[in-house]
Amino acid sequence: MIANSVNPSSANVCMRWAIAFFFIAIAHAARAGDGRLIATGGATEVEGSAGGGLVPWAVLAGYGTRDEIGGSVFRTQLQLPDYRLDAYGGAFTIDNRVEFSLARDRFDLGTLGKAIGMPGAALRQNVMGVKVRLAGDLVYGDLPQISIGAQYKHDLDFSIPKLVGARHDSGTDVYITATHLELAALDGYDLLWNLTVRSSNANQFGLLGFGGDRGDRRWLAEGSVAMLFDPHWAAGVEYRQKPDHLSFAREDNAADVFLAWFANKHVAVIGSWVELGSIAGLARQRGAYLSLQGSF
Amino acid sequence: MTGRTIVFIFSILALSACAPTVRAPATLYDQLGGNAGIARLTDAAIDQYAADPRVAPMFDHVDIGRFRRVFAEYICVVSDGPCRYTGASMADAHRGMNLHEGQFNAIVEDLTAAMTSVHVSVPTQNRLIKRLAKVRTDVLYK
Repeated sequence: MIANSVNPSSANVCMRWAIAFFFIAIAHAARAGDGRLIATGGATEVEGSAGGGLVPWAVLAGYGTRDEIGGSVFRTQLQLPDYRLDAYGGAFTIDNRVEFSLARDRFDLGTLGKAIGMPGAALRQNVMGVKVRLAGDLVYGDLPQISIGAQYKHDLDFSIPKLVGARHDSGTDVYITATHLELAALDGYDLLWNLTVRSSNANQFGLLGFGGDRGDRRWLAEGSVAMLFDPHWAAGVEYRQKPDHLSFAREDNAADVFLAWFANKHVAVIGSWVELGSIAGLARQRGAYLSLQGSF
Repeated sequence: MTGRTIVFIFSILALSACAPTVRAPATLYDQLGGNAGIARLTDAAIDQYAADPRVAPMFDHVDIGRFRRVFAEYICVVSDGPCRYTGASMADAHRGMNLHEGQFNAIVEDLTAAMTSVHVSVPTQNRLIKRLAKVRTDVLYK
């Protein structure tokens, strides 16, 4: 059955990554640090990379400086009228230079599941990410922080995506992203901006497979703007283009407004209102998003 | 984040949009409370540095009396106040310390805490940090 089948090879890959992270973490434990300023690790987007809620940013997970390691874990839930998205995972950053991430997305089919006679069915995917900071610094200097990244995604439940016309059960997104905090830019308040350009063939983040009858890979633009009320509180908006490559399940771009609270360098809570538009034939999918993040 | 803060922020935004331009712009020095405000801030910052194990060791062989004086002068000059800075250049003052990124940020965090403790507003804090941050590349890993 859809939701109950576990792809053993993916589970193994997951486990191998987890073990690798664990040993790297132990090897670097002496250098674990919190040398970066609060909130500069960002939140975690639904695919596991450090960023906003929907968009990866140039920042790397956690609070380690160029001399330290850092990392984060997250758990996110997005409740839509007819579906629910659950995401969790972790990321690990070495020397504020390279970030490795691992995430699991589970998309509960809710209404659609019942309609097709599979109540409780879900679409799941694993996402393995890597991001490299090329240049710049989020806070200091005039240049933005610039990073490139890749997200390898693999569907664990491909029957429904295949049925609606998806071509592949896995795909790799690549992106380049620039993010900068403009100090005292808005009447004295700090303003964060982010631009991300992504090449992707992922339908609905990959949960509905990759590629379709209307095309395969394409370039997509994503952006975020946030204002920091103080070092702990930020509010902003995000926008993310999505491919629209399945005639059978037309897809809309995504947007959100968010409020983030960085209690300290270990705990952050992000609340958001997310608009995803039409998903697999069900229109107006929008709802509340809550994300908890732990970091070091 | 209180409702009051949000109302305050929106009021500021609204005011700044329609305020008449005749208002003389206060310098950052004024916003910091002039010499008296900067003296209070300097004391608070030194207290923060002394209490922070990431920062305190950097002051092991520093004449705190002199540091207090040149720190206040530096803040005064950076904020467009009527002072003369008599200390060494930032590059000279930090040479040989091999100040690393985490230590620099710790100093920023402590200064932020100090400003909060003497009731400097967030916009004024940000404006000062923006000016001070310009010397970062002169002092890191030297």
